[in-house]
Amino acid sequence: MTEHFPKTHPRRSILQRVRLYLPLIKTLQTGLLLATGLAGYLSAHTGSAPLVLLGLAGSLFLAISGSTVLNMWYDRDIDAVMNRTHHRPIADGRVSPNEALRLGLILSVLGVGWAVAMSPLYGLIVFAGLFFDVVVYTLWLKRRTCWSIVWGGISGGMPVLAGRVLATGQIDLVGILLTMAVLFWIPTHILTFSMRFFDDYRAARIPTFPSTYGFETTRAVIALSAIIAAASIGVAGVMIGVQAGFLRLMAVLSAGLLLLSFATVFRPSERVNYSLFKYASLYMLASMILLAI
Amino acid sequence: MKMSPLDRVLLLLTGLLAAYQVAVGINGLGAVPITAYTIGFGVLLVAGLLLIILGFDVLDSPIVVIVSTIIPLSLSLGLVWEHLAAWRTPYLLFVLGGFLAIVLTRSLPLKGKLPTLVLAVVHGVAGMVIFLLPSVLAAQGVTRPGFALVGLGGALIGLGGLLLSFLKAGKPILPRTTILRILPALLLLMTAAFVAGFALA
Repeated sequence: MTEHFPKTHPRRSILQRVRLYLPLIKTLQTGLLLATGLAGYLSAHTGSAPLVLLGLAGSLFLAISGSTVLNMWYDRDIDAVMNRTHHRPIADGRVSPNEALRLGLILSVLGVGWAVAMSPLYGLIVFAGLFFDVVVYTLWLKRRTCWSIVWGGISGGMPVLAGRVLATGQIDLVGILLTMAVLFWIPTHILTFSMRFFDDYRAARIPTFPSTYGFETTRAVIALSAIIAAASIGVAGVMIGVQAGFLRLMAVLSAGLLLLSFATVFRPSERVNYSLFKYASLYMLASMILLAI
Repeated sequence: MKMSPLDRVLLLLTGLLAAYQVAVGINGLGAVPITAYTIGFGVLLVAGLLLIILGFDVLDSPIVVIVSTIIPLSLSLGLVWEHLAAWRTPYLLFVLGGFLAIVLTRSLPLKGKLPTLVLAVVHGVAGMVIFLLPSVLAAQGVTRPGFALVGLGGALIGLGGLLLSFLKAGKPILPRTTILRILPALLLLMTAAFVAGFALA
């Protein structure tokens, strides 16, 4: 990696640091994953103890934030050459790599440590999410194969599984279905993203589905993934015992996801691609809320 | 025309009301009305979200004419199924035939007035059913007076549907900018009237 970052930084106030660090944790992405974790917990309807919920939210937030910072620390050379990401704090030198590495490690250790203290199995799953994201996805596979997103997807499915496990004390079928839902939702989000920023990824020499298999195949994968994600959420909803009205609403939202996914296959355009990318996030958030009610 | 923050808020409220209606507002009805209302309000919900995401440009899509037909057809079918038992089968056939006719006349390269005529007949009948049926039932005391609000929703959906459909058909009743300016408020009022009407029935 080319190191062209200043070695020292002027002393900053805590507020300045927080402002600099916030972009490092990708607040929207972290928030969405955190929401899946809370939904996984609440889906068990075991009664929510405020302290446990606080612990769940805190430990997940720290662990997810930690892995995101470590990811951004390792990918700083990629970020620097991509139009979309070159202004990120590590890529443009506002935060030094060492500072980011320290921050990422501290957040990760605190998050996993807190999780293990709450429940060993829950802690193991939180650790697995961090391990898959940082070691398997970021360090090992991201620059080698476009299939790395499978591991990114599994990592993304860990918060919802962790939340469910914390509530039930075991890995059950509903938890696995919810994990599958997130895993197969991720291509509708990430692959549309990699088509939208195709040139950026090519400039950074990151293998993506569109650059490896072409746009047509990528669109087919997106549609197939959307079907599996919607089916997984639907079956999980039925097994959880979600009320009929909320199941109807989930079906409506799933139909929207499927229609947009099929539109990317049969009527591809930048507009459809962008709407699927945005809608997929709304869909996941709304589905998680419905599962939690 | 660019969508303002107020437009987005109005569309979000429309989506939330439609979501409420799908999830809560139609509980306890029969299978066909529930399905019909779910489709109607569901299309409204997803269309509202897509409008928020993509802005008014999404209205340039040729599919808008078809989508804006699904809402009145499905809502009117639900009403007929609930309140006019003798007309269930004929009206179901009208809904299916009308929808098919609109899809065909919008998909095939037809010239002349047939596509516009089909659009006007299907929208007109569905809109009149949604407007008149609840109003008459409420006036006769068959349902509570509040059910007449569904009729108001029907009048608004008829207005919105005709404005959009004729705009898309290249024969706008009002200038495009005027239609877009009033559309979010019209959608919210319409949905609010439906939700209140069903709740007060």
